[in-house]
Amino acid sequence: MIRSLEYNEVHLEFPSISCNESFARTVVAAFLIPMDPTVEEMADIKTAVSEAVTNCIVHGYPDAVGSIEMLCRLEKHSVTITVEDKGVGIEDIGKARTPMFTTGGAQRSGMGFTIMERFMDTLEVESIHGQGTKVVMRKELSFGVQND
Amino acid sequence: MYIRSYLQSGRLTITLSGDIDHHEAQQALKTISEKIESYSPHMCVLDFQEVSFMDSSGIAIVIFCVRRMRELGGELALSNVQQQPMRVFDAAGIRQIAEIREGEPS
Repeated sequence: MIRSLEYNEVHLEFPSISCNESFARTVVAAFLIPMDPTVEEMADIKTAVSEAVTNCIVHGYPDAVGSIEMLCRLEKHSVTITVEDKGVGIEDIGKARTPMFTTGGAQRSGMGFTIMERFMDTLEVESIHGQGTKVVMRKELSFGVQND
Repeated sequence: MYIRSYLQSGRLTITLSGDIDHHEAQQALKTISEKIESYSPHMCVLDFQEVSFMDSSGIAIVIFCVRRMRELGGELALSNVQQQPMRVFDAAGIRQIAEIREGEPS
């Protein structure tokens, strides 16, 4: 029986309705707890997830409800979170990642990718216009795994 | 999210309570905007004492309020910003456009 937490994962699929922004944050927080993250690590990861899921809802599926998939994976001391939609996709990823650039109007600040980049160690964005978008974010946790 | 406010000598203090994300932001912005329009204060203070989580949706709200208050010839300040929202505000460089105050009674 494996006792120490070196590997775990959760795969979640949910519709692109805005109440699920909070739900996704709660899921990732619950996933992180056994790793004993610092307050800052927990806050940073929850915020990055909130931004990624919001992007799927606001930009991936602007006119309809679609499916969002979130995968959280722990390997040794690092957590990788993938958030994916099969929505509209991004025409120009470089432009989309520019701070304060948004196609979302006055209600959006255009800071989503900037926050994901800043709060996570790495961020990769893959997108095909018309097919969907995938963001993969990784963060190394400072205290890592608690051994029995 | 729950929003309450009080007006004293032309200073409008708006206390936000709850999480600020995209789901909450649209209604929050509408409520805040209505209060600013109703009272036309010369100073608006957004009190974050009861906001324990905020993502970039909160930045959009603050930017809107800064712009509107400037149009009215007034100022905007933020007070009692908690740790996690402050990290998001710092990522956006909000101190360059809005004053951040500590220790205001809410």
